[in-house]
Amino acid sequence: MAEVLLSVEGLHAGYGHAAVLHGVDVEVSEGELVALIGANGAGKSTLLKTIVGLVRAKSGAITFAGDRIDTARPEDLVRCGVALVPEGRMLFGPMTVLENLELGAYASKDRARAIEEGLARVEALFPVLAERAGQPAATLSGGEQQMLAIARALMCSPRLLLLDEPSLGLAPLVIGEIFSALDRLRAEGVTVLLVEQDARLALKHADRGYVMRTGRIVLEGRSSELLADDSVSRIYLGGEVGQHR
Amino acid sequence: MQCGTMVAELLQFIIAGLKSGAVYALVALGFTIVFGATGAINFAQGEFYMLGGMTGVLLTTWGVPLPLAVVGAVMLTAVIGAAFELVAVRPIASGDPLRIIMVTIGGSVVLRQAALHLFGPDERALRPFTAGPSLRLLGAAVERQTLWVWAITAMAVVVLAVVYRQTMFGKAMRATSIRRDAARLVGIDASAMVTASFGLAAALGALGGLVVAPLTQTAFYVGSGMGVKGFAAAILGGLGNPVAAVGGGLILGLLESLTAGYLDPLYKDAVALVVLLGVLFLRPQGLLGGRGTEKV
Repeated sequence: MAEVLLSVEGLHAGYGHAAVLHGVDVEVSEGELVALIGANGAGKSTLLKTIVGLVRAKSGAITFAGDRIDTARPEDLVRCGVALVPEGRMLFGPMTVLENLELGAYASKDRARAIEEGLARVEALFPVLAERAGQPAATLSGGEQQMLAIARALMCSPRLLLLDEPSLGLAPLVIGEIFSALDRLRAEGVTVLLVEQDARLALKHADRGYVMRTGRIVLEGRSSELLADDSVSRIYLGGEVGQHR
Repeated sequence: MQCGTMVAELLQFIIAGLKSGAVYALVALGFTIVFGATGAINFAQGEFYMLGGMTGVLLTTWGVPLPLAVVGAVMLTAVIGAAFELVAVRPIASGDPLRIIMVTIGGSVVLRQAALHLFGPDERALRPFTAGPSLRLLGAAVERQTLWVWAITAMAVVVLAVVYRQTMFGKAMRATSIRRDAARLVGIDASAMVTASFGLAAALGALGGLVVAPLTQTAFYVGSGMGVKGFAAAILGGLGNPVAAVGGGLILGLLESLTAGYLDPLYKDAVALVVLLGVLFLRPQGLLGGRGTEKV
């Protein structure tokens, strides 16, 4: 098995006094696509935000490529090779598609080269963005905005890509496009940790999966196993009736 | 004949209005830049205007050649602005706009008193950038320094526009003001951008104080009045939009000058306050600011 790229151990985190994560353990190996599934409010987004440092870890350890990163700031992490595609895309709406992409390469040491190579990569992955280069990002369709959010994160050539709900609010056809792009990225060797409410979709594309509930990992395994698991289908179809409250 | 003098008179008022208006525009730009980065009003902005003029005067009395003194005063004030953010705004306010406002109000008092002790209580004047008699334009007089005011303001606006549109630093500043968290996610040090915004705002304020110092004289107390004018101009244009800030400055200057000329010079300083209250009551987004404008 490949080397572990990201490891989260016993992670506790939250907002102010509201604890959201209660001891989460997650591991992602180099080259893997790992899905993190679970109902709304399970703490999936908080986990991603804590990994990149937008939310501070209260205790526990986050290790990336052998280095502890639990006190790193987001602006430093992207330099190490961790990029988050945040929930709700968080584009720079009034700025053009091209400017958004250029800013994606902000953290690169050789910016001019990163922009050149990144744009070529993005054009191959999402040709529609090249056509829209001069348009303000806010004028793109929802699907195009999601593509731009992913493309912006790719501009700094991250080793680990964290994706938060890329399918949210998109039409099935567009979701298909986005996930086939993820498949291609994985084929290129990018490691991906994917948070998704649509568990079936996520597991179909992932190698392994974690199921999260109320701030804890309750199940983990290979995607095929999870897809076949009864409790998983219950969880991703909604709350578990009559089981623990 | 009668008609001709009336036109000349109007022209004279317009020239005077656009002269003060250009300076208001520079100060207002400082307000919008800090507002873009922090969401707060920097009430010390007027003091940077004062510091620019006063340090410029000080440098020339030390024998520094005028062009160097101007550049030096702008840079020095920029450093003071950035340092003010680092040592006072950041540790005390920790990003909360309301606290930033409080700190800048306190900071303005400190800067004003420090200037009193450093430069003394006297009014000082800077030498005009080019000597010589006023120029005539259709019967109206244009002081040479007024041309400098316009030229330097125009240059500052163009340079600022190029920096914001074309350079990675400018794009990072805009990105931070649009979405701070997203900016951090692409690797932009948002706190450093806030420091830079204070430095830049201070430089613009200082530039305004320097170009106008040969015309109006300067003293340790001129900052607070100019702070009100610049703030009114920024609000009039629509906070957060640099183009509108320049427009707001010019319009405010014209309104003041026409009021002083045709109504009563006593009302001149009241114009800014009337404009400020009027805009806040009737059109809080500013004359030129739509709701969707980009903050910078």
